[in-house]
Amino acid sequence: MTNSISFIRRGLLITAGLLASPIMALAQDTIKVAYIDPLSGSAAVTGEHGARHFRYLIDKVNSAGGVLGGKKLELVLFDNKGAPQETLVQAQKAIDSGAKFIFQGFGSNVALALTDFLAKHNERNPNSRVLYLSYGPMDPALTNEKCNFWHYRFESDSNVKISALVEFMKSQPALKNVYLINQDYSFGQSVRAEARKKLLDKRPDINIVGDELHPLLKVNDFAPYIAKIRASGADSVITGNWGADLSLLLKAAGDAGLKAQWYTIYGGLAGSPTAIKQAGLDGQVFQVVNWHANVPGAEMQVLNADFRKQYNEQGWWYLQAKTSVDMLVQAINKVGIADAVKVGLALEGMRYKNAIGADVLMRKEDHQLIQGLYVASFSSGVPIDEERTGWGWKTVATIPASSLTPTTTCRMTRPE
Amino acid sequence: MSELIVFSTLNGLQYGLLLFLLASGLTLIFSMMGVLNFAHASLYMLGAYLGYQISRWLGFWVGLLLAPLIVGVMGALIERFGLRHVHRHGHVAELLFTFGLAYLIEEMVVMIWGRIPVSYQIPNMLDFPAFTLWSTSYPAYRVFMLLVSMAIFLGLFFALTRSRIGLIVQASLTQPKMVSMLGHNVPLVFMAVFGVGSALAGLAGAIAGPALVTQPNMAAHLGPLLFVVVVLGGLGSLTGALMSSLLIGLVQTFAIAGDFSLSDIARGAGLSMNVPEVLSELWNATLAQLAPVLPYLLLVLMLIFRPAGLMGSRES
Repeated sequence: MTNSISFIRRGLLITAGLLASPIMALAQDTIKVAYIDPLSGSAAVTGEHGARHFRYLIDKVNSAGGVLGGKKLELVLFDNKGAPQETLVQAQKAIDSGAKFIFQGFGSNVALALTDFLAKHNERNPNSRVLYLSYGPMDPALTNEKCNFWHYRFESDSNVKISALVEFMKSQPALKNVYLINQDYSFGQSVRAEARKKLLDKRPDINIVGDELHPLLKVNDFAPYIAKIRASGADSVITGNWGADLSLLLKAAGDAGLKAQWYTIYGGLAGSPTAIKQAGLDGQVFQVVNWHANVPGAEMQVLNADFRKQYNEQGWWYLQAKTSVDMLVQAINKVGIADAVKVGLALEGMRYKNAIGADVLMRKEDHQLIQGLYVASFSSGVPIDEERTGWGWKTVATIPASSLTPTTTCRMTRPE
Repeated sequence: MSELIVFSTLNGLQYGLLLFLLASGLTLIFSMMGVLNFAHASLYMLGAYLGYQISRWLGFWVGLLLAPLIVGVMGALIERFGLRHVHRHGHVAELLFTFGLAYLIEEMVVMIWGRIPVSYQIPNMLDFPAFTLWSTSYPAYRVFMLLVSMAIFLGLFFALTRSRIGLIVQASLTQPKMVSMLGHNVPLVFMAVFGVGSALAGLAGAIAGPALVTQPNMAAHLGPLLFVVVVLGGLGSLTGALMSSLLIGLVQTFAIAGDFSLSDIARGAGLSMNVPEVLSELWNATLAQLAPVLPYLLLVLMLIFRPAGLMGSRES
C-alpha cells in the first residue's frame, strides 16, 4: 500500500511539472494574445477548430513581419471546458501571463460572465487592462444591456441573423406555415421570440403552426418531433438548433421523407453538413452566415485552400476571426503601442474592408461589427464542398450591412 | 391522430429496443458481478467507431460482424487483466476503474478519429423507405434495427434459460461460490459474461451509429439512460431490462406528442389557479418539454415504491 501511495505522489509531481512548463514565460518581445474556448469536453470540437483559425491567422501576421515594425504576436490557448466559472479562472491566468487581448467564441453564457469579469478587472487594475474580442457569442445582451467599452463583437448577433433569415423568407411567396423548434435554453428561447417578432413584422400573413422547445443535447430520436411537424402542415421550419440536435433533427426529417424548408442559424457547424447530405435534403436547408466557402473573393478562397491543406481538409468557418485579427493589428499599428485603452479607442468606430472586399464597421456606440450576411443553402453542384460530402453552400440571398443595423440600448462609460 | 399513434408506437419500440440492446449487456454484468460498468456506454461508442472504420475498408456487413467481436474481446481482456485485479479492493475500486476506463476510451477515440462527427453511412441495401403510411415513410434501416434487437433478445433469452451454459451463468448470478464448489470455472464464466456484455454494447453501437450521430460524446449522450433502464428493470433480469427499455422508449416518444401542460389541464377542468412565481415554469411546462426527463422520474418513483425494480430478483 505504501509503495502505491508514494508512486502515485511521484506520478502527480511529474505530471504537475510537465503541465507547468508550457506556462513559463517565453520570449519577452512578443505581444501575448489569449484564446479562451473549450479545448476539452463535448464542445471541444468547436473550440479546437476555432483555435486552428487563430493559430493560422497569428502565424500569417508574424510571417508578414508582425506588428509595430517587428514585434511578434504570441497566441496562448486556455481551456475553459465550456464553463463560465472556469472561464474566469482562465481569464485571470491569461491576464497574469501578460495577455493584452482575449479572443473567445463559444457560448453566450461564457461571454456574459467574461465581459462582466473583464470590465470589473479593468476598472480595478488600470495597469493591466485587457480587451475582449468575441467572434462567436450571439446573445444581443452583449451589445445592449451588458455592453462595456472593453468588449468588441465581431459576429452578428442572433436578432440580426434572424432578421436576415426572415428577410429572405419574405421573398418566398410559397411559404405559408412555419414551425419553430428550438433548444430549451437562453439562445433557443431568444431565437424563438425573435423569429415570432420578425415574422409578424415582415410577413404577417405567415401562420406559425408550431412552437417547440426541447431539452438541450438530450434528445436522441427526433422522429416524434418530425411527426408533429408533419401533422402541423408546416412547409418551413425555423430552428436555432446546433450540433447533434440539428444533425439528428435533419436526419429524422430525411428518414421520414418530410418535405419542408429548414431555416437554421448553425447549419454549417461540424457534423451538420454530413447529416444534411445523409438525409438527402438537397437545397432545402438554409443557414445565415457572413461567409461560406463558395462566396466569391480570391483572398478567402486562397486562404481556405491553404487552411484545408494544413489541417487535413477541415475548412475555414469564421470570416469574423480574420476580420477581428486584421482590425486589431491595424489598430495596434495605428496607435503605436499595445495598450488596451488606446487600441480600444482606435478600434471603435473603425471602418474596414474585410477579406471579401466588403465594408464593415465596428460601431462606436455598442462595439458591434456591422457586416453584410448571406443566406445560403446546402446543395449539390457547387465548386467547394464541405466535410467531403460533395455538397456545399450556395448563396441564395445577400443581405447588405445597411439593412442589418440594429438599434442598441447600450450606454457605455469610456475610460478617462 | 392514428398516424401519430402508429408512428409513435413504432418509434418508441425501436428506440426502446436499441436501449435494450445496450442495457442487456449492462444488466448481465451488473447482476453477475455487482460491478457498475461506467465504461459500458464507451464500449458502445467504440463499437460505433470500429463499425465505421471497418465499414470504410470492408463494407457495412463485415463491420457489423467484426466490430462487436473486437469490442467483446476487449471487454473480456478488461475483465481478465483489469477488473479481476481490482475486484479484491472492493466495489468502490471497481467503480473508479471503470470510470477511468470510460475517460480513457473517449480520449483514445478522439486521438484516432478526431472530435468532428464521422460519417457512418447506412448501407445502400437498407437505405430506402420500408413502408409509407399517411404520407410518412418509415426507413428500412430502423426496421432492421428493430429486428436485430428482437433477435438478440430472443437469442439471449433462450441461451440463458435453455442452454447449459445459460443455466451455469444464471446460477453464478446468485450463488457463485456454490457453483464454483460444483467444479465450474466461475472466473471464466465471469470473463465470458463481461465479454458477451461488451460485445452487445459494441453491436448496439455498430447498429446505432449510422442512425444517430457518431461522435465522441455519444457515450455521454446515452450513458445515464442506460443505468435508468437497468435499475428500473431490476437487477439480474433480462426480461425486466426489456420491459423497462420498452417502457422508457414508449413513454418518452408518446410524451413528446403531449403539447399540454399542468396549467392546460387545470384550465380544461375549469380551475383557475394562482400559482406562485417560483413554480410557474413547472406549471407551464408542456409534457413534450419534459419528455426526456420522464425516464429519470420513473427511476425515482421505482426506487421509492419498488426498489428491486420491475422484475428484480436480487435485493442489492
